[in-house]
Amino acid sequence: MSIDTSKVADSNTTAATAKKPNRAGAAATWADDRLGLATMMKKNLRKVFPDHWSFMLGEVALWSFVVLLLSGVFLTFWYVPSMGEVHYEGSYDPLRGVEMSEAYASSLKLSFDVRGGLLMRQMHHWAAMLFIAAMMIHLLRVFFTGAHRKPRELNWVIGCLLLLLGTLEGFTGYSLPDDLLSGTGIRAADGFLKASPVVGSYMSFFLFGGEFPGDAIIPRFYTIHVLLIPGLLLALITAHMLLLVYHKHTQWPGPGRTEHNVVGYPMLPVYAAKAGGFFFIVFGVTALMGGLLSINPVWLFGPYDPSKVTAGSQPDWYMGWPDGLLRIMPGWESHIFGHTISWNVMVPILLVPPLMLTILILLPFLESWITGDKRDHHLLQRPRNAPTRTAVMVSLMTFYGLSWAAGGNDLIAITFDLSINQITYFMRVAVFLGPALAFIITKRWCISLQRKDEEVLLHGYETGIIMRSPEGGYSERHLPISEARAFTMTARDRDPDLAELQSGEDGVDANGLEPKRSPLAGIRRRLQTTMYADNIQKPTAEELEAAHHHAEHEHELQAAMEGVSADGHQFDGHHLVEEETLRGDH
Amino acid sequence: MRHVNGWTNRWAGRLSRHRRRPIAGAVLLLLGLVLTGSMYAVFAPAQAGSTDSNEELVREGRALFLVGCSTCHGVNGEGIDTVNGNQLGPPLAGVGAAAVDFQVGTGRMPMAQPGQQNPVKPQVYDQDEIDALAAFVASLAPGPAVPDEADYSTADLSEEERVEAIARGGLIFRTNCTACHNFAGNGGAMPRGGYAPDLSQTEARYIYEAMLTGPGNMDNFSDGNLSPEEKRDVIAYLYSLREQPAYGGFTLGGLGPVSEGLFAWVVGIGAMVGFAIWIAAHTTRSTRQKDGQAA
Amino acid sequence: MTGQMSPEHAPDGTGHQPVEMNDADGQPIGHGLPALPPDEPIKNPGLPVHTWRPTDVDPAMEKRAERQIAALFGLSAVCGVLFVVAYFNVGENETVIGLGAQTVALGSSLGGALLLIGIGIIQWARKLMADHEIVEMRHPARSSDEDREATLAQLSQGAEESGIGRRPLVRNSLLGAVTVLLAPAVVLFRDLGPTNAQVTEAGDYPGAGLEHTVWDRGVRVVRDVVGTPIRPSDLEIGDLVNAEPETIFAVDEDGEPLLEGVPLQVAKSKGAVVLTRMDPADNTPGEGREDWDVDGILCYSKICTHVGCPISLNERKTQHLLCPCHQSTFDLADSAKVIFGPAARALPQLPLMVDEEGYLVAQSDFREPVGPSYWERDSDASTTEIE
Repeated sequence: MSIDTSKVADSNTTAATAKKPNRAGAAATWADDRLGLATMMKKNLRKVFPDHWSFMLGEVALWSFVVLLLSGVFLTFWYVPSMGEVHYEGSYDPLRGVEMSEAYASSLKLSFDVRGGLLMRQMHHWAAMLFIAAMMIHLLRVFFTGAHRKPRELNWVIGCLLLLLGTLEGFTGYSLPDDLLSGTGIRAADGFLKASPVVGSYMSFFLFGGEFPGDAIIPRFYTIHVLLIPGLLLALITAHMLLLVYHKHTQWPGPGRTEHNVVGYPMLPVYAAKAGGFFFIVFGVTALMGGLLSINPVWLFGPYDPSKVTAGSQPDWYMGWPDGLLRIMPGWESHIFGHTISWNVMVPILLVPPLMLTILILLPFLESWITGDKRDHHLLQRPRNAPTRTAVMVSLMTFYGLSWAAGGNDLIAITFDLSINQITYFMRVAVFLGPALAFIITKRWCISLQRKDEEVLLHGYETGIIMRSPEGGYSERHLPISEARAFTMTARDRDPDLAELQSGEDGVDANGLEPKRSPLAGIRRRLQTTMYADNIQKPTAEELEAAHHHAEHEHELQAAMEGVSADGHQFDGHHLVEEETLRGDH
Repeated sequence: MRHVNGWTNRWAGRLSRHRRRPIAGAVLLLLGLVLTGSMYAVFAPAQAGSTDSNEELVREGRALFLVGCSTCHGVNGEGIDTVNGNQLGPPLAGVGAAAVDFQVGTGRMPMAQPGQQNPVKPQVYDQDEIDALAAFVASLAPGPAVPDEADYSTADLSEEERVEAIARGGLIFRTNCTACHNFAGNGGAMPRGGYAPDLSQTEARYIYEAMLTGPGNMDNFSDGNLSPEEKRDVIAYLYSLREQPAYGGFTLGGLGPVSEGLFAWVVGIGAMVGFAIWIAAHTTRSTRQKDGQAA
Repeated sequence: MTGQMSPEHAPDGTGHQPVEMNDADGQPIGHGLPALPPDEPIKNPGLPVHTWRPTDVDPAMEKRAERQIAALFGLSAVCGVLFVVAYFNVGENETVIGLGAQTVALGSSLGGALLLIGIGIIQWARKLMADHEIVEMRHPARSSDEDREATLAQLSQGAEESGIGRRPLVRNSLLGAVTVLLAPAVVLFRDLGPTNAQVTEAGDYPGAGLEHTVWDRGVRVVRDVVGTPIRPSDLEIGDLVNAEPETIFAVDEDGEPLLEGVPLQVAKSKGAVVLTRMDPADNTPGEGREDWDVDGILCYSKICTHVGCPISLNERKTQHLLCPCHQSTFDLADSAKVIFGPAARALPQLPLMVDEEGYLVAQSDFREPVGPSYWERDSDASTTEIE
C-alpha cells in the first residue's frame, strides 16, 4: 500500500477551535490512549464525497438494510419458526380454530396481538422490496456512468453478489410466514430443485428433510434468513464500503474536477449530516409505507395447505422475472433411457438466471478486454458517451423487463382486457426481439445525442430568437454556451482510433509475415468496431476555433438587422435582464 | 364410519375462551335483528303464490321472453345453434329460475355481444320482470330455484355459530374459489381473455345463485357438491371480508405481490429518489459576499 | 480524461499546486493505450468561485433557518409522543376511513417523527453548515513498486523460512489432509434428509415416496375441508369438486386422526384431486382408460406436472383446467393433456369406480407419479403401464 502523501485536503473553513480540557476531550483522550483512533480518523473525518443525487441510490439500499435489521430483530421476538400444527386461537376471528403451522400462527399473532407488530411486519417487507430495488438502480447508475471500470471492478463483483444474496434473503423471508402464498412459492422451489438433472430429487429431499413439504423447511429457512445470509450481507457490505472509501468516490466531470482529484463536501460535517439525515428519511418513508400501504396480508391467504392455491400466486417482484420466463417457456421435456430432463423448468430457472448473473459480473471485465483500456477511471461518463455500453445495459434491462412483465401476465390480462394466451405468445417472441431492438434504438439514440452535443459545442445553443434578413430569409440565432458548460461537455475521453488500436493485431508484423489470427482476436476486433465505429468524437481545438470564427462572422451579419439591444440572453439566465430591454429605445 | 366432520370436535369449547372485548352490545344488536327477522318471516305474506298467480307470471314471462330472449335462446328456450356448430344461445330447459335471476339480475343477460366473457351491466329488466322470466324458464323443466334469503343469511345464527361459519366459509372459499377469484375475492384471469369477476360488491343472493348454477365458465357447485350451509358459509366469509378493516392500510387492489412490487418501485423508490434529488440540489445563492471574506 | 489533459493545465481553483500523479515507475497514469491526440478543445477553467447562500450573508435569514430547523425537530418530537399515545389508545379493530387505525396511526406517527428528523438534519446541512466544496487528491489504487517489492520479499522470505517450497512432502501431505477434510464437511450434511429411495423403502406412512400416493383400491374420494364421501348422483354436469382421499380425514378408534403432521401434509401434497362431471359424450378417454370414469365423472391429480402448484381453475364449458401459477392448461375431456403453457405432461388420472355403498372410490393408486418431473422419473414406462 502506498502511503498517502499526495492527499492535499484543503480546508478553507475556519480552523477548529482550540481544544479545551473539557469532559468530552477527556473521554476522547481516554479512548485514544487505548485505541489510537486519532491516526485513523484524521485521514477520514474530512474525507471528500462528491454530491450528486445519483450517488445516493446505494445509500437507499444501505439504509434499507439497516431498517431490515432493526425491524427483523423485532419480528424474531414473536415469530416461531416451527411447522408444528396448532389450532389458531388468536384474535383474528375468520381463522379461529383453523389448523395451521406455528409459524403462520405466530405471523398472525404479530399482525393482530402484538401492537405495532403489523407495522413492523409491513415495514420489514417494504424495506426488503426497497433494498433490492435500490441495489438494482444503484447498479444501473454505476454501469451507465462507467463507474465499474478500473479500479472498481471488484466492488462491482461484490455488488452483484449482494444483489444475489439480497434476492435469496428476500425469497427465504417471503417463505417464512407459511401462508398460502409463501407455501406455494416453496412448492414451486421444490419443483425447481426436482428439475435439476441427476441430483434433483436428492436436493429436494435433503432440503425438505424428506418428502415435500416435511416439517424442516421453515426452521431451516429461518436460520438461513436470520443468520447465514445476513452475516454474508453484512460482511460484503462492509467490504463494499471499505473499497468505496479506499478508491474514493467517482465524480462527474466539471470545472476544477480531474481524474486526479475529488471535489465535494467533507465527511464531517456536511456529508455525515446528509447521509445521516437520509437514513432518517429512508426509515421514515419505510415507516409511512408500512403504516399506510398494506403488504402481504397473510391473514387473507390463510395457512399453507398443499392442496390449495390462489389466483395471483406470484413471487415478490425481484423473483418475478424468472417466474415470467417460467410462464412463457414452452413445455419441453425429454425422456431418455427412463430419465426425465425438464427443459421447461431448467432453462428459465436453473440456466438463464445464473447465466444473467454471470454476464452481469463479467461486464466490467468484458468491457476492458474489448477496449484494452487498463487505465484508472474516476471521472464518470454520460451514458450517451458510451453508446454501446449503454445499449448493452438497456438491452439487458429490456430482457429483464419483458420477463418481468411476463411474470404478471395474468394481472396484465385482467387490467388491460387481454388474453393470457396472447400475452404469452407475444412474450415468447418479444424476449428475443425486444432486447435486440432496444440495443439498436439506444445506440442510435446515444449517438444522436452526441451529435447534438457536438452541434451545441460548435455552433452554440438555440436561443429561440428568429432573425429575419432584409431579403426575407429567417434564421435562428445561436449563442455560444458558457465556458464551464463547454468544458464539462468536452471533459471526456476521445475514443481510441480503431485503425491504430487494431493495427498491432492483424497487420503484417515486422518480419513481413502474416501473424496468426486467433478466432478470439477476430471476435475482439469485431466487438471493438461495434463499440467505437459509429461514435461521435468531441471536436478538436481547431474545429472549435473554426466554428467560433464562423459564428462571429454570422453575428456580424446579424448585428446589422438587430436594431435592438436584446442579445438573446434575456431569458436564459446567463445574465440579468434588469438593465436591458427587449426592444431598444427607439 | 370413520369419516368425521371434524368441525364440532375441533372447536368445541374453544370459542368462548379468547374473547378480546365485551361483545354484549353486538349480541344485543344481533338479537334485535334476529327478532325482527323472525317476526317478519312470521307475519309476511307467504312467498309461494297460488298456482293461478304462478301461471299468470309464467305467461307474463313468456311474453317478455319472446321479445327479449328468443332470438338467441329460441321461442321455447330450446337454444339455437349457429351454422358452424356453435351456440348462439344455449338451451334453457333445466337451468332453473336461479340462473335467470342471476344472469338477468346482474345485467349479464341480455348479452350485448358474444365473447369470452359476459360482463356485468346495468339491469335491463326490473325485479318483477325478472321474476316473470324466471318463472317462465323454470316452467320449461325443473331446475334450481331462486334461493330464499334464509338460505344465505347468517342472521339466525348465534354469534359463536356465526364465527364458526365464517371460519369454515374461509376454508371452503380457499379450497374452491380462491384459485380463480383470488384470496380476497378480487378476481383473476382465465384463459383466452376471460376472467373470474371481482366478488367484493356482489350481492349475497347472486353469489349463491352463481355457485348453484355455474354461470358462464364457472363450475357448478350444486347442493351435492357444496351443501347449502357451506354455500352460506362462503357468503358469510366474503361478507366478513367486506366488513373487516383494511388492517394494514390501503390494500393496493388486493392483487398480491405484483401490485405491491409496483408500489415499491413507484412510491418507494420514487420517494427515495425525490429526496435524494432534493438533498443534492444546489441551494439558493445570493449575489452578496460575506463581510470581510473573499469567496 | 487521463492523457487528454496533462496536469499542468488542471488548476483546481483552490490555489494548490496540482500534484503530478505518477506511477512509481515514472510513467504517467493511463499508459498502455495508444497516445490520444493532445488537442483538448477547452481548458479546464478550474473550480468556480464560491458563492454565498442567503443564510451565510443575512443574519435574519440565518435566524429564520435556525428556527425552521428547530421547528422540524420539535414537530418530530410531537410525532414521537403521538406514537406513544396511539400505542396505548388505539385498538386493533378501530378504523379510520376503513383502514386499520392502529397500524395507520403508529406508522404515520413513527414515519412522521423519523422523516422530520431527517428533513431537519438535511436542512441544517443545506442551509447552515459551511458548504465550501473542498478538493482532495486521489492516489492510485495500486501500491507503489517499493511496497510491492517489499511485500514480495517478505512473502518469499516467509516461504523460504517455512521451507514450503523445499519440503514438498510436508506441503503436499498438508494439502492432502486439508482436502480430505472437505469430506467430513460434506458428509456431515448427509442427514439433512433421507433420499427418495429410502423414504419409499421405509414406507413409514401411507404413500411414501415420489412414485406413490395414499390412493389405493377402494379409497373413497371425499370433499376437501368437510371430508364427506361423494355419490355419483350428488354431482351435476359441470360440477367441479376439490377432493381428497378419505385417508386424510380418517380417525382411529379413539377418534384421533390417522394421519398427522408430515404424513398428513405429504398425503395432501400428492393426494389432492379434482373431480369433474361432464357429459360422457364430451369425454375422449385415453387408451386403456375407457373404464376410469363413472358416468362422466373423472378424477385427476390436482398437482401440476410443471412445478407442483395445485390447479383448480376450471373452465366449465371447455373443460380446460388452468394452473394459476404459470398458466399451464390441461384438457380434462382429453386425458388432461397439456394444451397450453409450460407443463410438459398430462395430469395423472385416478381411475374411479363405485363401492358397494355407492360412493366414489379409486380403482388403484395413480398409475404414474404425480407432481413435477424429476430426473429418475421414468415417464415412458409409467404412462403406458396399466395394471
